[in-house]
Amino acid sequence: MNGSTRGGDGYVVFDDVQKSYDGETLVVKRLNLAIERGEFVTMLGPSGSGKTTCLMMLAGFETPTHGSIRLDGRPIDNIAPHKRGIGMVFQNYALFPHMSVAENLAFPLEVRGIDKTDRQSRVQRALDMVRMSGFENRRPAQLSGGQQQRIAVARALVFDPELVLMDEPLGALDKQLREEMQYEIKHIHEELGVTVVYVTHDQSEALTMSDRIAVFNDGQIQQLADPSTLYERPDNSFVAQFIGENNRLVGTVDRVDADVAYVDVNGTVVTALPVNCGDGGGNQTQLSIRPERISLGDAGDNVVDAEVKELIYLGDHIRCRLDVLGNDEFIVKMPNAASANAPTIGATTKVTWSTEDCRALDPAAIAAPKGTT
Amino acid sequence: MTDTVTSPDAGNAGAPPEDGPILAADGTPLARSLNRSVRRQKIRALALIAPLLVFVLISFIVPIVGMLLRSVDNSVVPETLPRTVVALEGWTASGPDDTPPPEVYEAFVLDIQKAADERRHTVVGGRLNYQTAGVASKFRQLGRAAEDIDTSSPEAAKAGLIDVDATWGQASIWQTIQTYDGEYTTGYYANAVDRNLDVDGVQARPDDEAIYLMLFWRTIRLSLIITVICALLGYPIAWLLSNSRERNANLLLILVLLPFWTSLLVRTSAWKVLLQEQGVINESLTSMGLIGSPLPLMYNQFGTIVAMTHILLPFMILPMYSVMKTIPPSYVRAAKSLGATDFTAFRRVYFPQSVPGIGAGGVLVFILAIGYYITPEIVGGTTGIFISNRIAYNIQSTLNWGLAAALGAMLLVAVLVLYWVYDRVVGIDNVKLG
Amino acid sequence: MTTKLKRLLGLMALLFALGATAAACGGSGDTETDDAGAEETSDDAAAEEEAAEEDGAMEEEDGDDEAMEDEGGDSDIELTLVSWGGAYQTSQQKAYTEPYTADTGVSFIWDESSADAVAKIRAQSEAGNITWDLVDVVGADAIRLCDEGLVMEIDFDTMVAPGDDGSSAVEDFGENLVSDCFIPQIVYSTTVGYRTDLVGDTPPTDICALFDTETYPGKRALESRPLNNMEWALLCDGVAKDDIYDVLATPEGQDQALAKLDTIKDDLIFWDAGADTPQLLADGEIVIGSTYNGRLFSAIEEQGQPIGMLWDAQMYDYDGWVIPAGLPEDRLQAVLDFVYYATDTQRLADQAAYISYGPARASSAPLVGQHAELGIDMAQHMPTDPANAENIFVTQYDFWADYRDDIDTKYQAWLAG
Repeated sequence: MNGSTRGGDGYVVFDDVQKSYDGETLVVKRLNLAIERGEFVTMLGPSGSGKTTCLMMLAGFETPTHGSIRLDGRPIDNIAPHKRGIGMVFQNYALFPHMSVAENLAFPLEVRGIDKTDRQSRVQRALDMVRMSGFENRRPAQLSGGQQQRIAVARALVFDPELVLMDEPLGALDKQLREEMQYEIKHIHEELGVTVVYVTHDQSEALTMSDRIAVFNDGQIQQLADPSTLYERPDNSFVAQFIGENNRLVGTVDRVDADVAYVDVNGTVVTALPVNCGDGGGNQTQLSIRPERISLGDAGDNVVDAEVKELIYLGDHIRCRLDVLGNDEFIVKMPNAASANAPTIGATTKVTWSTEDCRALDPAAIAAPKGTT
Repeated sequence: MTDTVTSPDAGNAGAPPEDGPILAADGTPLARSLNRSVRRQKIRALALIAPLLVFVLISFIVPIVGMLLRSVDNSVVPETLPRTVVALEGWTASGPDDTPPPEVYEAFVLDIQKAADERRHTVVGGRLNYQTAGVASKFRQLGRAAEDIDTSSPEAAKAGLIDVDATWGQASIWQTIQTYDGEYTTGYYANAVDRNLDVDGVQARPDDEAIYLMLFWRTIRLSLIITVICALLGYPIAWLLSNSRERNANLLLILVLLPFWTSLLVRTSAWKVLLQEQGVINESLTSMGLIGSPLPLMYNQFGTIVAMTHILLPFMILPMYSVMKTIPPSYVRAAKSLGATDFTAFRRVYFPQSVPGIGAGGVLVFILAIGYYITPEIVGGTTGIFISNRIAYNIQSTLNWGLAAALGAMLLVAVLVLYWVYDRVVGIDNVKLG
Repeated sequence: MTTKLKRLLGLMALLFALGATAAACGGSGDTETDDAGAEETSDDAAAEEEAAEEDGAMEEEDGDDEAMEDEGGDSDIELTLVSWGGAYQTSQQKAYTEPYTADTGVSFIWDESSADAVAKIRAQSEAGNITWDLVDVVGADAIRLCDEGLVMEIDFDTMVAPGDDGSSAVEDFGENLVSDCFIPQIVYSTTVGYRTDLVGDTPPTDICALFDTETYPGKRALESRPLNNMEWALLCDGVAKDDIYDVLATPEGQDQALAKLDTIKDDLIFWDAGADTPQLLADGEIVIGSTYNGRLFSAIEEQGQPIGMLWDAQMYDYDGWVIPAGLPEDRLQAVLDFVYYATDTQRLADQAAYISYGPARASSAPLVGQHAELGIDMAQHMPTDPANAENIFVTQYDFWADYRDDIDTKYQAWLAG
């Protein structure tokens, strides 16, 4: 939909793809997506949004109900998974438990009929790449989660595929290891230049690693864009809510005038950037303002009253929960600067933000909570 | 249970070897401290399994020990003929007509007179008759005649006894007594492997009396065939079960378990109805004109194999299913994504992981099969019976419980050996029963 | 789970799987495992079958049962009798226990375990827990039990009633007293039955039809043990009837008998329970087969099956009571009182009204009347009837006690080979 390349060219192309399991509901609704060679594209969305189904269709484990998928210009709908030459990293790694690490890595080479000496050198190279040399003879069960993860990545890459799919590969790791692996995968991608399609529900993972992110919800791509665009300029309230932290104010559009929307929020008119709120008056809209774009003070485009509800000391900044225009979940991040005079709980103060930082979006009926699993 | 019964080693696991045992806060070694703290749990765990333990002990260990003892027990001879046993010591027959010294006869007649009073002479006769046919009636005959034999002198006793029956004037009957004069005997085991224990040692029986080794071999061979057929038939079903949607899988599972809801005898009898000459299968084939005369489908090995395969199939499917259920579909997908064809993915990735299921099912089915009794009895005829049918026969019909016990003990040992071999080759830890 | 524990559990599971065999051999006194199951149950099935066919009789019996309970109030003695089930056990109930209960109030529990009686009495004796009071067994089993000292010796002068005709019990039973521990009730025969519609115009007239596969093609049923079969084989192989046991005592004679049996081996089906052959005949599975004469009488006269029977070279055999050794005194007295009553001349004659087995007492023969329901004269259906007994084998118990194991091994080796 928005921002996706319809049909078009690209290394991987989803062309009007639909998928239904039961013949009644669509899990994937008219998907159009083009991925360039060498790109790192993440499919991000809550569970049940259709992202994994898309990945499985690309890998060949599911067949599209309608539409076609092209790889390097060729339709691949009738090509068996093992002939697609796509590397894949699975959620729980799917390392073959009855084979050693070396055997696991050699497996794709073996089934391709590569001779033994060549096999050994390529296995060694793949192990070096993920810094796991010396673990050749271990069984997967003898490795830690992070080590298994590395082997799984190495196995997906050892036969030099041009496209690698990753299905929530870091989901089973603890936070610290997950972050470490994010960088590692990112570096491998940069080093090898392979095309990566990555599926996750973790927005910070997506932001860290991706060239572009396709935000999925309800079987549709909500927005396809690079991380900063996605964060700074969400197209709709779902994306705004799903990516990063977000303050919401619900109101009615009064009028749109010269790229400024005047929105009535509980009787107070504020100005906002009209993005997805229609251009006439009377529309419901949801205003989206990032917490770091708001400051305490009385100078700016919009100045409104606020009551301090809660203060949380977080070291580098202070998280301040306020009641603003009837929303008592309104968050402001105040830098922990020596000069800042911290407000006290219960005190009344004023907050301010600029018009272009406040985006007037669609009045999303249900906003998905952030970072759902 | 497994969580509470902590291995005592666990206490030492954290102790660095160079520092010696780690001490707890009060100065006692940590390991001992830990042991003390888990002792309560251990006792509770033991109390929980105590009923089972007692049950196993009474209903199982004791009978098995009893069986092993019975297979070597020969006490009836020395207890009934104590004097004879002593008197016969040192005598060796020089020829078939050589007789022991008169003192032996005197001792024997005295023993028999006492035994006849206690009605034990026929018991010892029956025992010795297992080794030498014809002895039983000689002892029975003696029961009535023994009183009248003159025991005033050894010579008179000898003459009197030979007068009762000429058999007592031959060496062979005395040699039989001599061979079986101990408290224990290996005679039953010799019989169980188609051998005879006589005064010259263990002798092979003539071919037309050799039956047990052949039956052991047949039991093992048919059990193996049944196990293999069960595995071949059960594998696809187990696969289907583990790869179906839950509702379909449950339905299938019920179908698999359905046979368990009917008695073994009913199922076997149903096979009888299907397989007999005027049975369903033969009648349909004949009426379709496919065969001229009925096929011999039962009262032979074929009948045993078919009926037992059907009956044992669930025991193969369930362990396989429980193993296959734990193999995530992502393994095969991974293999395919790595370039393996469907067949290669199955052969290299899925199959090896399902082997523990085949192993568990195979061991279970094989062990159940070699001890099977009722089904071969009903549909096996004469060529399809197992060793256990012969054991039952010796218990019920010939009353030769010593031989039955020896055969049972050998069956037990055979199974334990197979179990051990399996453990060595496949590893019992790789067996998953659920 | 630790490896050690897992191993142990595995081993225990494995031992359980071996349970039936071990428990049966273990001599714990509990042989009521699978081993005993098959025959018992097939007997049960036969019993049910026969019961169903005698609806009228059963209803009548139900009424009697209630009466029995009412009168049972005067006595708390309860005896456990062991028999074969089926029509035979019913005949014993009609002729012996029902009138006895009516007279004395003593009640009875029936255990249909006679087929396994020898092994079970031994097991009870070894366990020191005799639960049976009176056991119905065939002559061969009685001799075996007597040899083992598992059943008590009978004093025929005091424990058994003299004959109605004034003869002593020993005279009255005559040659039928095959063991010191055995009070015979009936004489039965193992003989041959055939399908009348499968033998063409020349129905068999002698026992050797069993071996004549040309005239009577088709399957034939013989008992799975060597007894009877070996004698018939020799007889039909030309050995004179009087020489048969002498020949059978030699290895050559045994080989000769097996060689004769071998000529029909491919056509043989082997039976274990008396009900098997009538069923196989009724199903048309066999053309000819051996079984007890009472079973054939029942199939022919009571059920009207197209079956005929021979009275030729049939095996003349006995069935009767044995009393387990070592009964407590009160139970022993109760058993002896019942036995004295149940084995007198009239009672044995009464039984013949319900089943076609001949009374073991000579003095009972004149009292044998008509079948209780069919009203046909029973005398001509008795193995003891002179017309039927022209050419009989009297089972040589001593011979079989001596040679059973040897011949059996050879027989089984032949069967399995």
